Amino acid sequence: MSEPEKETPQVMVSTSPHIRSGRTTRGIMMDVCLALMPALAASLWHFGVRALALTALSVTACVLLEFLSRKIMKRPQTVGDWSAVVTGILLAFNLPVTLPFWIVPIGAAVAIVVVKQMFGGIGQNFVNPAITARIVLTVSFAGEMTKWAQPSGAKLFWASDAIATATPMAALAAGKLPKEGLIEMLIGSRSGSLGETCALALLLGAVYLCLFRVIRPLIPAVYIGTVALFAFVAGGFNGQLVLYELLGGGLILGACFMATDYSTCPIHWKGKLVFALGCGLLTGLIRFYGNMPEGVSFSILLMNLLVPLIENITAPKAFGKERKRHAKA
Amino acid sequence: MSMFTTRGIKVGHDKRTSTLQPVRIEHCQTVTLLMKQHIGAPCKPAVKLGDIVDRGQIVGDTDAALAAPIHASISGVCKRIEMIRVPSGEDVQAVVIESDGEMRPAANLEPPKAETREDFFAAVRQSGLVGLGGAGFPAHAKLRSACGEANILLVNAAECEPYITTDHREALDKGDNVIAGIRAICAHLDIKDAVIGIESNKGDAIEKLRALSLWNSSEGLKISVGVLPSRYPQGAEKMMIDSLTKRTVPLGKLPSAVGALVMNIGSVAFIGRYLQDGKPLVSRTVTVDGGAVHTPMNVRVPIGIGLRELIEFCGGLDHPPAKIILGGPMMGSASPNLDTVISKCNNSLLLFTREQAEGESESACIRCGKCVAGCPMRLMPCVLEAAYRTGSTEILRRRDVAGCIECGSCSFVCPAKRELVQRMRMGKRLVREEDERRREAERT
Repeated sequence: MSEPEKETPQVMVSTSPHIRSGRTTRGIMMDVCLALMPALAASLWHFGVRALALTALSVTACVLLEFLSRKIMKRPQTVGDWSAVVTGILLAFNLPVTLPFWIVPIGAAVAIVVVKQMFGGIGQNFVNPAITARIVLTVSFAGEMTKWAQPSGAKLFWASDAIATATPMAALAAGKLPKEGLIEMLIGSRSGSLGETCALALLLGAVYLCLFRVIRPLIPAVYIGTVALFAFVAGGFNGQLVLYELLGGGLILGACFMATDYSTCPIHWKGKLVFALGCGLLTGLIRFYGNMPEGVSFSILLMNLLVPLIENITAPKAFGKERKRHAKA
Repeated sequence: MSMFTTRGIKVGHDKRTSTLQPVRIEHCQTVTLLMKQHIGAPCKPAVKLGDIVDRGQIVGDTDAALAAPIHASISGVCKRIEMIRVPSGEDVQAVVIESDGEMRPAANLEPPKAETREDFFAAVRQSGLVGLGGAGFPAHAKLRSACGEANILLVNAAECEPYITTDHREALDKGDNVIAGIRAICAHLDIKDAVIGIESNKGDAIEKLRALSLWNSSEGLKISVGVLPSRYPQGAEKMMIDSLTKRTVPLGKLPSAVGALVMNIGSVAFIGRYLQDGKPLVSRTVTVDGGAVHTPMNVRVPIGIGLRELIEFCGGLDHPPAKIILGGPMMGSASPNLDTVISKCNNSLLLFTREQAEGESESACIRCGKCVAGCPMRLMPCVLEAAYRTGSTEILRRRDVAGCIECGSCSFVCPAKRELVQRMRMGKRLVREEDERRREAERT
C-alpha cells in the first residue's frame, strides 16, 4: 500500500465515458466466422476436401490482399480485425466446388481490393464484397461458375472427378420440382454453391449470431418471409414448392449472412425492414419472371445500392421531436 | 414495437458499496472551496485572508440570480484565496480554509422561515443547495422556474451510473428527510403528486421507500414509488419522465414543458433536513471506489476536501491510479492529478487501475448500428460523428445533434471504440458557434 503522495504521474485523462463494453470489431468478426463453421463442416461432408481447400485459398487470398492493400496505400493496418476472413469464407461459400483454384484469387481481388479497400476499407464499401465478387466471376467465367457437382462425400478433391448435375433452382425454373427430397434439401445433400446447400447448418449459425446479438433476426426473417409469400402466391399456392424455393438456392446464406452485412444494410430497424422487403421481392421477381434461375446475389446487390436512399427516408426521429401528444398534461 | 425501440443500454452495476453506510469524516486539515460549484455565475469571496470562519458561514456569494452561495465546511482560518484549475479545464477562484480542529458551527444557524413561497425559495437559495445528482443546477432557480408549471414531482433515485451508491444510501438512511423534503416542495409549489423513481436493482431501498410513501400519502399529496428498469440512462431527466409519467419532453424543451419537476433524492432529503435544522450545504456523501483504492466506501465529507485527504481516509491507495474520475464512469470527468477537490455536485471519486482504465484504440466505424439502437434520445451517433468530422452543420442540425444528452451510451457500446459522444459534443458546439456567427452577422 503506497501513500497517496507517491502516486506515479502517469494518470490517463480522457473524456467520458470511462468504461467501454467488451465488444470489439474483431470479436464480432470472429463470431461470424464461428457461425459459418457448421456450414463449412457440412460442405466438407457433402463436397469433399476440395470445398475446404477452396475456402482456405479464398481466406488466404483475402487476408493477404487486405494486408497488401493497406500496406501499399500506407493506411493503418486493419488485417487484424478478421473482416477479411469473413469475406474469404463467404466468397468461397458462393463458389461451385468444381471451380479451378486459379479463379479464386481473382474473386478475392475484386472483393477486397476493388470493392472494399478502394472505397476506404471496412465499413466504407457500399456493396457486399463477396456478392459483388461472385457476380463478377459469374459474368467473367460463366462456364466454370455454373458447373455444379453432385454431393459425393469427403473424397472429392480433383474437379474432374465431380459428377455434373443441375441445381434444384434450375429444375424449379423449368417448372418442375427438384429430384431431391425435402430432407435432403434441408441437410444440404444437393448441388449448388459449396456453402449454400446445408440450410440446417446455416440457420444454426444465424441463431448463434442472433443469440449473441451480432445481428438481429429482422432482415433474415423478413427476407425469407417475403420470398416465401411471393413463391406461395406466384407458384399457385403450392406449399411444397415454397419449401423448395426457400431451401433450393442461396437464399438462407444470403438472407442470414450477406444481407445482414453491417456496411451494406441500413442501420435503423425501419430501414432494415424496407431493405429486407426489397431483397425478398427482387429475389421472387428474378426467380419467377426473370431469365436466371437464381436471384439472391443480384437482389442483395441492387438493394445495397439503394441503402443511402432507404436510410434517408427511414432515419429515426429524435425523442421528443415527433409528437406533441403529451404537451402538458 | 418495444422490441425494436428499447432504448438505453445494459452496463455493469459494480455497486459494491451499496451496503456500506456513509462514514463521516470528523476532521479534515484543509478545505478548498471553489467559488463556482454550480451552473451559472461564480460567487465572489465574502471573506478576507486571515479571517476566522465558522462551519456554515457564507464564504462566497453573488447577486446573480443563477447561483448559490458557498459556505465554509469546517471552522478555521482563511489561508489563501487563489485561482485553481478544475478538471474541466476552467480556472476557478477558491477560498482555502485551514482547520482549527474544532468544527465549530456558525452561531446564527437556525431553521429558516419558510411560510410563504418566496420565503421558501429564499431559504433554499440561502442553503447553498445545488442539484446533488451531478448537474449542479441551483435548486432555488429550478424550484422557482417549476412554480406554476409543474404538477408532478419526480424524485430521482435511479442512480443508473455504475459504482455510485450515494442515492441508494440516501433512500435507506434518510427516508424521513426525503418525505419531509417532498412535503415541503409539494406544499409550496402546489403539487399533489410525487413519484420516487428508482431502478429495480435497489430492492431494499424500494421496499423502504414504498412503506414510507404509503404511510405518508394523504388526500392532498399522493406519494408513490416508481420502479424503473435497471437500464442506463434511466436517471436522465427525459428518460425518467417518459418512464414514470409517459410524458415526452419536446426536443429542446425543459421538463417543465410537460409539467414535471425532477429533483435528485439527495437534494430533496437535504431540503427536508434544512428546513428543520437550518444547517446549510457543507457536507455531502461521496462513493469512493475503483480498483486502486484500498477500502471502497461511502464517505460523508466536508465539501472542498482534497482528494488526497479523502483517499487517505479510505485506507490509501493499493495501486497507483491510472485514472482519477470525479463522478460516475459514464459521465464523470477525469482529473489529471490528485490536486483537486470534492465540490457540491461530485457524488463519486473513482480510482481506476491500469487494467480498468485502458481500452482498445479507436478503429473504423463498421456501421453495426449499436449506437443507434442504444441512443436514449433516438439519435444516430455514427451519422452525427461522420457529419462532425466533415464539418457538415447541415446534417448535424437535420439529425438533431442538439438533442444529445451526452450520456455516453453510444461510446460505451461501440465495438470500434469510437469517441462518439465526444464528437457529438463537438458537433453541438459547432452548431452553436454557427448560430452565434449568424446572429452576429444579422446584428451588423
